[in-house]
Amino acid sequence: MLTFQNVGLRYGMGPETLRDLTFSVEPQSFQFLTGPSGAGKTSLLKLILLTLRPTRGLITLFGADPATLDKDDITSIRRRIGVVFQDFRLLDHLTLYENVALPLRVLGREETSYRAEVLELLGWVGLSERKHSLPAVLSGGEKQRAAIARALISRPEMLLADEPTGNVDPTLARRLLRLFIELHKSGTAVIIATHDLHLMDQYDTARRLVLVDGRLQIFD
Amino acid sequence: MTQPVAWFWLTDACRFSTNCVMVLSRLRRAQTEASAPDDDAPPGAPLVPSDSVAGRSLVIIIAIMTFLAAVAAGAALLVADASSDWRREVAREATVQLRALPGRDVEEDLRKVVDVLTAAPGVRDVRVFTKAESEALLAPWLGQGLDLSELPTPRMVVVTLDQEKRADLGKLREELAQAAPSATLDDHRIWVDRLGAMANTAVAAATLIFGLTVAAMGIAVASATRAAVGTNREIIDVLHLVGAADSFIAEEFQRRFLGLGFKGTLIGGGAALALLALAGFLSRRWVATPGSDQVEAMFGAFELGPKGYLLILALSGAIALMTGFLSRLIVLRHLRRLL
Repeated sequence: MLTFQNVGLRYGMGPETLRDLTFSVEPQSFQFLTGPSGAGKTSLLKLILLTLRPTRGLITLFGADPATLDKDDITSIRRRIGVVFQDFRLLDHLTLYENVALPLRVLGREETSYRAEVLELLGWVGLSERKHSLPAVLSGGEKQRAAIARALISRPEMLLADEPTGNVDPTLARRLLRLFIELHKSGTAVIIATHDLHLMDQYDTARRLVLVDGRLQIFD
Repeated sequence: MTQPVAWFWLTDACRFSTNCVMVLSRLRRAQTEASAPDDDAPPGAPLVPSDSVAGRSLVIIIAIMTFLAAVAAGAALLVADASSDWRREVAREATVQLRALPGRDVEEDLRKVVDVLTAAPGVRDVRVFTKAESEALLAPWLGQGLDLSELPTPRMVVVTLDQEKRADLGKLREELAQAAPSATLDDHRIWVDRLGAMANTAVAAATLIFGLTVAAMGIAVASATRAAVGTNREIIDVLHLVGAADSFIAEEFQRRFLGLGFKGTLIGGGAALALLALAGFLSRRWVATPGSDQVEAMFGAFELGPKGYLLILALSGAIALMTGFLSRLIVLRHLRRLL
C-alpha cells in the first residue's frame, strides 16, 4: 500500500528533517507513529499525504510513484486517504454536517445521495445533536470527533491521524482509540501520530514507528 | 430519538458482539430514517463564505468604481453626442449677405440670388430676411429707434443645406457672384473648424478620464479580489486536502466572486444610471430657462440614449465577469504552489 525507500526531507537549505526512511505500510494494518516533539512526525504524514515532496528517495503509494503523476492523479490518490489534522481544520462557516460531508461534496455528489451516510456517521461519533452547530461553539473533543468523521466519510483505504488525542481528556482518548481500532478491523490501514505513551500502551499489539532525530526505528 | 452520547457508548461497548452489531446496525438505520423528516440535513451552504468583511469591502469597491466608470462613460458619450450635434447644426446652415452697391437694384439682385439658391442642388430651404429683420440685426451695434431706411443696409438670406445631398459651395459662390456681384456666401467654415477643435478636445478629455477611471477600477478591483481570496486561503487548503480537484475549487470561488461582482456592479451601475436619468429629467424640467439653454448648448438634450445605457450595462457586466475570472486565476495560482 505504502512504501518508503531511503526517503529524506529537508526544508530549503536547512538540515535534513527526515533521513533515510525505509518502511512499508500494509493494507488493514495499524501503527503508531511516535517520537519526541519536533522529530518530524507531521512532516512524515505530509509526505504520505503527498503535500510535500521528498528531497530524495522513492515513495510508492497505492502502487504508483507520486513523482511521476500529474496533479489530477495525485488528487485521486489523496481521495483514498483520510486525514485527521492536529488542529482539526474544520471550516468555521459550515455546520458539522456540512464539514463531515465535505469530501463527498467536493466529488460533485448530490446532497441527497450522501445525506443518510453523513447522518449515520455523525450518530456513530455521537454528534447527531450537534449536526447544525458551527465548529466555533464545539468543545475540543467534539471538533476532534467531527474531524474523524470527515476523514472517514469517503471510506478511505488509509487513515492518517495527527495527534488525535492531543486535545481531549483520557476517557475520550480511550474512546477515540477504540474507534480507530474498529476502523482498522473493518479494513482500513491506520497510522496514528502521537507522543502519548499511555495511549499506545492501551493497544500494545500495534506496530510502532519511532522517529528520533529524523531517523525511523520500527517495532513490530 | 436515541441519545447520541449513549449511542456512542453503546456502539463502543458492542463492538465485539455479532448480535449486538446487527441490532446496532438496525438501530442505526432506524435512527437515520426517523431523523430524516425533521432533521434533514441543512441545505448546502456555499463553500466560500457568503458574507465576510473582505467580501463586503469588495462589493463596496466594485460599486464605487463601477459608479465612477459609468458616470465617466456617460459624460464622455454626452459630450461626444453634443459636439456632433453642434457641428451638424452649424454645418447645415449658410448665410448670403447682399450689400447695397451704387447703381444696383438690391431687390432685383435679391430675387436673382434667391433664384440661384433655389435652383442649386443640396439647398433645402431659403429664407430671406425682410429689410426690417435685416435692420434689426444691426440694433445691437447701432441702438434701437434709429431710422435706417436711408442707409444702404445689407440684406441677409439664410440657406438651409441638405445633410444627405451636400451642396457644392464653390460652384454656388461663382453662380452667386455672376447673379449679384455684391453677394457673399458665408458657410461658417471658421466657426465650424473652431467648434470642431473644441469638441474634439472635450471628447478626448472625456475619453481619457473614462480610460483612466477604467484602469484605476481594474487595479482596485484586482487588489480587492486578491485580498478577499487571501482571507479564504484556509478554505482553499482544506478543500485541496479533502480531495477537491483544482478546477472544482476555482469554480466555487469564481461563482462566489462573480456573485459579489454582480452585486457591486448592480449597486454602482444602477446608481450611475439613476443619476444620469435624474439629470436628464431635471434638464427637461428646466427647459427654456437661461441656465438650461447653456447646459443644452454644452451637452445637447442631456439624454444618454440606448447606446449610453447599453454601454453602462456592458461595462457593469464586464466588471462582474472580470471579478469572477480574477478570483479563478488567483485561486489557481495558489493551488499551483500546492502539491
